[in-house]
Amino acid sequence: MEPILSVDHLSVSFTRYGRGLSRTELNPIRDLSLRVEPGQVAAVVGESGSGKSLLAHAIFHILPRNARVAGDIRYDGAPLTRERAESLRGREISLIPQGVTWLDPMMKVGDQLRRGRRDPDTRTRCRQVLERYGLGPETEGLYPFQLSGGMARRVLIASAVMEGPRLIVADEPTPGLDARTAVRVLGHFRELAEEGAGVLLITHDLELALTVAGTVSVFLDGQTVDHLPAARFQSGQGLTHPYTRALWRAMPKNGMEVSGL
Amino acid sequence: MSNRRKSTLIWLSLSGVLLCAVVLAGALLGERAITADFTRKNLPPCPAFPFGTDWMGRDMLARTVAGLSLSIRVGALTALASAVLALALGTASAALGGWVDGAVSWTIDLVMGIPHILLIILISIACGRGLWGVTAGVALSHWPALARLVRGEVLQLREAPWLRMSRRLGVPPGRLLWNHLLPHLLPQFLTGLILQFPHAILHEAGVTFLGFGLSPEQPAIGVILSESMGYLAAGRWWLALFPGLALVGVVALFALVGERLRLLLAPASAQE
Amino acid sequence: MSHRLQFTVKKLIRMALLLLGVSLTAFLLMDASPLDPLQTNVGQAALGAMSPEQVARLEAYWGVNTPAAERYLSWLGGALRGDLGVSLLYRRPVLEVIGQRLSASLGLLIFAWALSGALGLALGILAGASRGRWTDRLIRGGCLLLSSTPAFWLALLLLIVFSVWLRVLPIGLAVPIGAAADSVTLLERLRHALLPAVTLSITGVSGIALHTREKVVDVLDSDYILFARARGEERILRRHVLRNVALPALTLQFASIGEIIGGSVLVEQVFSYPGLGQAAVSAGLGGDMPLLLGITVTTAAIVFGGNLAADLLYGVVDPRIRRGAARG
Repeated sequence: MEPILSVDHLSVSFTRYGRGLSRTELNPIRDLSLRVEPGQVAAVVGESGSGKSLLAHAIFHILPRNARVAGDIRYDGAPLTRERAESLRGREISLIPQGVTWLDPMMKVGDQLRRGRRDPDTRTRCRQVLERYGLGPETEGLYPFQLSGGMARRVLIASAVMEGPRLIVADEPTPGLDARTAVRVLGHFRELAEEGAGVLLITHDLELALTVAGTVSVFLDGQTVDHLPAARFQSGQGLTHPYTRALWRAMPKNGMEVSGL
Repeated sequence: MSNRRKSTLIWLSLSGVLLCAVVLAGALLGERAITADFTRKNLPPCPAFPFGTDWMGRDMLARTVAGLSLSIRVGALTALASAVLALALGTASAALGGWVDGAVSWTIDLVMGIPHILLIILISIACGRGLWGVTAGVALSHWPALARLVRGEVLQLREAPWLRMSRRLGVPPGRLLWNHLLPHLLPQFLTGLILQFPHAILHEAGVTFLGFGLSPEQPAIGVILSESMGYLAAGRWWLALFPGLALVGVVALFALVGERLRLLLAPASAQE
Repeated sequence: MSHRLQFTVKKLIRMALLLLGVSLTAFLLMDASPLDPLQTNVGQAALGAMSPEQVARLEAYWGVNTPAAERYLSWLGGALRGDLGVSLLYRRPVLEVIGQRLSASLGLLIFAWALSGALGLALGILAGASRGRWTDRLIRGGCLLLSSTPAFWLALLLLIVFSVWLRVLPIGLAVPIGAAADSVTLLERLRHALLPAVTLSITGVSGIALHTREKVVDVLDSDYILFARARGEERILRRHVLRNVALPALTLQFASIGEIIGGSVLVEQVFSYPGLGQAAVSAGLGGDMPLLLGITVTTAAIVFGGNLAADLLYGVVDPRIRRGAARG
């Protein structure tokens, strides 16, 4: 199938000033490639703080101004330029950010979901998406600080699916959630994929990713070192890259061996 | 953009040089600044007297430079004194905590509750006005903001892992303070010091202008401007324009340097 | 609700204690002064010519021989009953002088406070929203220059331009010399208050603009703005930035009251505007302790009142406090 999103040799770098007169080049993403197909959850797995989130920011063109981007990002067959991203985001492509700090602390949840529109159609849709994720209409009147971790995550998912997007990028959607809630949240992603959207799941948690992902890209030191169908991880056979093997061995059911990581 | 840092250093050294030059020139021109010559009174700006002369025929350029030099010296002294005070009180407040912290923050609220100029007037009156009155006034009224900053910084540093480790290892608090805390506070302190400087000069000039600061015999900018008031209606604009302009120039220069230093210290702006 | 009440009462008690501290500090400072009020007001020569009885009567009038503690306590007792003593310069009750002067200053202060607040907020948002571009640089540079300009010098320049050169505005005084205060028209009053009010507003703008800009930049760097952009939201400035900058701006606005009052002391002096600031200068120069003490306490009360108002408004406006308090 034709991928809805393809990223080839993406590189993101910054110039940063240290103490004194020093200047350092940061290059958190050096060579990242992946594919996301419609109806599929594709996971990017890498360590926390390794710069994976920048992938999401690059797709949505919301990187800081001092960032330099190289490589190729294509959406639906055509290059995802800034202009194109601006016209698509919030409609065809939507982001599920990390946590509650991504909601305006001074605005009620309902107003944020509706993005300032007040027509009855939007109101209905807002109530529907909240309901879909088990949130009552009273949620609309709450401020972000009043949401629990699990509720906030569901609100963020609800906000992403308001317009029925074709591509959903979820950036670390599970930290801070207990295991049951995390599995449920990931279940929502599978649901969305089954409805036909492409889902890009960016996470540090291989085990959780494997519960929903069809393919896994392993991200290490700024590069994607492995692309595998998730099924390969069931047996542990054919994992060629040493880092991928180490990741696999570190999973609880495989003995949680951390040596070599 | 790496030259942002270098240019800040250049600005810093430049203003340092200018500062010394003005102070030196003020010392050299001190005599000319108070020499009256009634054969040349009330001259508008001309090649011989670029800033004009006043009703006693005194050279306004010499008076301006001398006044600026006086302002800079008072400003530097008061900025230093209030910055040291802020460092001491802020550190004590954060490091000792308890009632010391309470007392310091209460005093900060108190000092901030009285408009600066009024507080300086009060302190200046307590010291019998004059040079020391205004110096004490400015020094004792400008420390709260920096003290709050230092207090926050120390509170943050206290929680730093390496500091907790050294405490657990039994490093004496005095040495901890001297060897570890102070070096960390130094950039904040120096920036605070430089940022205090323009405020100090402006407030000194203001209080002197009102008659609570330097005495009328001294060619301070505040005195010069206050005297000029009586001659403005007669159209002698140069008496007020140039001395004030010179003051604004010096103050703006230091405000600029201080602001650049502050931005360099703020991590968020390091990428701009 | 009881939470909010408790908070208010606590703040009020702290404010009362601070006011007590201010009055004591001001009193001690004035008491420590080596300047002899007798010599300041009566003059060395006149004093020498007086008989000892006359001098003794004057000394009693100025309170020279009463111990400091006794004088402070009697002042405090009076103050609690609403009697701030008698002004030595104006020979009228301090409260009356302050009331009259404050009402003259109030229009000036409120105008400058509102104008500098509104202008500062607008410029700050404009600069923050165009961060790094020339509008931002221009506004920042202008603010830096403005904050480096002494208010009284700016006042002198405006005086030279508008009163001496253009002759469109009067040189000073709230009312023309010789005219009875109540015979002056409102327009006349406004004409006299215009330059002081404008000067005062201009000098207050830079601080508010620069602080607002910092806040706007902080908000623009926040995750929720990033998310709003990623969601393709329109009018982000109005929807998110303004909403989140409003509260800090409000606090800032209330915190700037002290600065405006401080500025009015200098500006009123230049324009010989008979307001509270000018009275403070006269009282200070003339050794009028009761009046200076009264003015200090009054202005401090206004400043603390402003802070209290900001704290309370925060509780009303900020949902985190409003609902948080209701829940807790």
